[in-house]
Formats: sequence, C-alpha cells, structure tokens
Amino acid sequence: MASASAPLSDERFGLDRRITLLGPLPLDCGAALAPVQIAYETYGTLNADKSNAILICHALTGDQYVASTHPITGKPGWWQRLVGEGKPVDPSREFIICANVIGSCMGSSGPATVNPATGEPWGMDFPVLSIADMVRAQALLLDYLGIPVLSAVIGGSMGGMQAISWPVLYPDRVRAALVIASTARHSAQNIAFHEVGRQAIMADPRWRKGAYYADGDVPASGLAVARMAAHITYLSEAGLTEKFGRRLQDKSGKDCSGSSFGFDADFQIQSYLRHQGISFVDRFDANSYLYITRAMDYFDLAEPHDGVLAKAFMGTRTRFCLISFDTDWLYPTAESRRIVHALNAAGAEVSFVELSSPFGHDAFLLECPEMNRIVDGFLRAGANA
Amino acid sequence: MTGLRPDLQIIAENVTPGARVLDIGCGDGALMAALRDTRQVRARGLELDPANVSAAVARGLSVIQGDADTDLADYPSDSVDYAILSQTLQTTRAPHLVLEQLLRIGRQAFVSFPNFAHWRIRLSLATQGRMPVTRLLPESWYDTPNIHHVSIEDFRDLIAARGWTCDGAWFLSGGKPTSRGMANLLAEHAVFLLRR
Repeated sequence: MASASAPLSDERFGLDRRITLLGPLPLDCGAALAPVQIAYETYGTLNADKSNAILICHALTGDQYVASTHPITGKPGWWQRLVGEGKPVDPSREFIICANVIGSCMGSSGPATVNPATGEPWGMDFPVLSIADMVRAQALLLDYLGIPVLSAVIGGSMGGMQAISWPVLYPDRVRAALVIASTARHSAQNIAFHEVGRQAIMADPRWRKGAYYADGDVPASGLAVARMAAHITYLSEAGLTEKFGRRLQDKSGKDCSGSSFGFDADFQIQSYLRHQGISFVDRFDANSYLYITRAMDYFDLAEPHDGVLAKAFMGTRTRFCLISFDTDWLYPTAESRRIVHALNAAGAEVSFVELSSPFGHDAFLLECPEMNRIVDGFLRAGANA
Repeated sequence: MTGLRPDLQIIAENVTPGARVLDIGCGDGALMAALRDTRQVRARGLELDPANVSAAVARGLSVIQGDADTDLADYPSDSVDYAILSQTLQTTRAPHLVLEQLLRIGRQAFVSFPNFAHWRIRLSLATQGRMPVTRLLPESWYDTPNIHHVSIEDFRDLIAARGWTCDGAWFLSGGKPTSRGMANLLAEHAVFLLRR
C-alpha cells in the first residue's frame, strides 16, 4: 500500500545494511562497547506515524537474512515461511527489521570485528555479552532508524529470549511480543549441551585461544562437532527415527549387512550430522559461537528481579503470545508455561498454545500453518487495537 | 449477538459492559469475541483443546492453553469481574475446587451446565436402563468428557453447603428460557451467577 512514508531513497532502509554507531553501549559485564557495528535488513515501508515496525530476532546461529537470500549459502531467508508477501509478517503492511546480534559474525560487532584499541580482531578480548546487551544494541539501531515504538517483536529460540526481554527492558517501546519455542532461563541441561560445544571448539588445536583470524586457519573441526552436538538438541527422537531410523548410508563395498565394521559413517544419521557440522563452519565463526552460547547460558530473566519472574513483567502493557512445540525438549512447553504463569500473575494480556509437531525444537523454522494462523491473528489483533 | 449458544447468550446479556472477564473453557472464543465486540469487555480465556486455542488467538483473543483443574491456581485473586465456566463444570475432575477457584479469581462467576435431572434423561434411564444419550449429552458413557454429571438441585445444594451467594439463575429448554418452577425437571440447561 502506497502511503505517506519515509522516502524510498532513505539509505537507512533496505537489504544488507551496515551501520557503525558511536555508542558507547554499556554491557552487563561492566565493560562498554564503542563503536557498535550493526548489520541489518529492513523490508517494507515505515508508515508516516512510525507505528508499523516489527523487529524479528534471530536464533543462535541465525542472522539478519530473515527473508532474503543468504550471501554465503545462497539459501532462502531463514523465516520466509513467516515473513514475506502474503505471509503473517507482510512487508506490504509492516516495516520489518532484522539485525545480526552483537557477538555474531555476519557484520555486527563481535570477536571477528576489529578492536579499535589494537586495530586487530577482538578474538577473546571481546567483552562477554548477555541477551540484554543484544537487545540494547537493537534499541540503539531503532534510535538510528527513528523508530520510537515497535508494533511487535518476534523471535524463536534465542530470538524468543530477546523478544521476551524487550518488554522488560523497554516497557514503553513495544506493544506486542511473540515468543516461540523459547524460555526465560537456560536450564542446567541447556548449559551442559552448550558446554560440550564450547569444549569441542576450545579442544581444537587450531582454536589457539581464539587468535586464529590472522592466518584464517580456523578451528573447523571443533566448531563442526559443536554444531553436531547442538543439532541433535534441535530435533526429536521420533523425528530422527522417522527420518533415519537405523538405515545405513551405503551397502556397496561393505559386508552383506552393510556395516563397515569400522568407524565410517555407516548410518545415515552419522553422515547427516557430519554434513550439518561441515557446512556450518563455512558460514559461522567459532568465537562467535562461544560468545553467543555463553550469553544464552547467562540468560535468566527473573534473576535481576529477586528470582521472581512475575516481577519482571509487573505493570506491563505489552500483549504477549507464546507458542511451544510438544516435541521440543530443548525449550520444552513447561518453560513457556512458566512464562505464561508469570505473565498471568502480573496481569498481562497473554496467549499461549502448545502446537503439535514431530520436528522438535526446529519446528518453529519449518512449515507450520497453525503457527502462521496464530501469528497472523495475534498481529492483526494489535493492528485493530 | 446472534448465533451464540443460548446459555452463552444469557451470559453475554448479563455481563456489565467494559468488565474484565476470564472465560474458562472458552472453546473457539465465540463468547469472548461477542463480549469484546458488543460490550467492550476485556476478555481472557483458558481452553484445553489446542485447535480451539489457535482459532481463538487467530481471531485476536487472548487465550491460554490450559486445564481448569490445574491451571486456575496461577491467576491472581479478584483479578476479573466475571469468571465464566460454560458447559465445562461437568468435565472437570474436581468441580467444587474449580468453582472455588472461579469465585476466588472473579468477583462473580457465571456457571452453565446441562441438567442431568431433565425429564428426558430421567425417562431414558428409567425406561431403557442405560446411561442416557441426548442432544445435549451426545456421547456414550465410555467416551464422554462429562465425568461429573450434575442436576440443578445438586448444584443448589452445593451452593448452600459452601455458603456461596446466588445472584441469578436462568433455565433453558430447547434453547428457550423456561420457568424457575420445576426447573430441575423441565430445564435442559442452567446458568447460575454466583458470588462468594
């Protein structure tokens, strides 16, 4: 719909944008980040009263390419099932923003970007981040884009952690929060799986305490193993059984049972996981993986509120919608319910539904007409308000 | 407010405009939507069936998937003007405790339920000797969600025993209002408005 709006030529808006903001951005660890580089994309047009802005928050290994082709993999945007023309989040209606989180490696400040004090990549000198720091960086970006209030913030998984943090950190800047397959805190099990990933990276001799940028000889093996371990947590046992079972990769050149009686990738699940690991290292930085998983581990929304989650939401005027998936054992339904209970206790307007899917945690990224219907209804209800 | 189930119609007509409402067992949100659209009511819902929750959220309502038997404890006391339980009481595991919760959360509570002492049900049981299957209670005994059948007199006894106050009662037969006299025999459906 063509309406009074910011000029199309506005260089702040569009695909593959990068901005360096002066900062400083005070961080939870006590340090401050300056300058703050943020890589982001926008879709659609900001309306005249700046009331149609929706922020999409990405997951651990996600990026700003939510609805456009990924520059490295050439794959379509990671949430094109939800974001796009005719989809629940529609650029013909909404002004959509997705920014690479700080700490990541797709253009925003992170361990691979240059430390202005040394002129060298930060490496492990980059300050340890929190989910709240990521959100505060997004708020800086909104200031730069001239957006006072978000019509909605939407995120799945780690994106959901940011989405649920937004109304807590900026109660006056977000009218609705949609939190999918996420949690208000990392559990011991969540931290444990992340620790396996980090130890795999750090055990790789090429990691060299994070100082591998100069020669580009990256800890690919460690990062691939980290990705393999994490990938298992994104799937469900039933889903894995259905997709792979005990099926073997290839029977040629093996004994009649198809087993090599060695350590090759006999089973299809092995080669699938190995492929996931190997293809991941082409598009992700090992140090970023360390920093972002650490931020997730530290995440506990209730902690600054005497451990009482409801206190975090007290007085909120934001509308909330939470969606979980029944086979998600990474951030199970109970974690979403815990948030819902707290929101109820705080008197917040909240919807919640557990959807059924065989695909585990990954379900939020996959085809799910039911999820789209809910997102659409939830966002439209806000538009009518 | 046409197209609403008759018991919901009665509730809708008797909710104060602008009130805060919690609809427990809200189904696809038909009553909530009607209350929002015609009475400016701030409605929230609780519903067990995920497909119903999706349908309600898709029409822009705030509905939580949950179980009346276990999840009402999470709602603050006196947080709504009306707690509504329509045709859900007889499906709960502990109806008396659910009602206690209703009256804790809401300043008043609407409760509607099918009357198990309606003459057709009595006749069916008396003449056929089998658990009645009627228009309002269409399931067989083994697959019915209605695990706590209740009559109007039973319900009045419970109100008295618990010391609750009845602020109103409506009775329906064939979707039409029916008189208070002999309601336990003649009404298929009852709607009560209660207070602590």
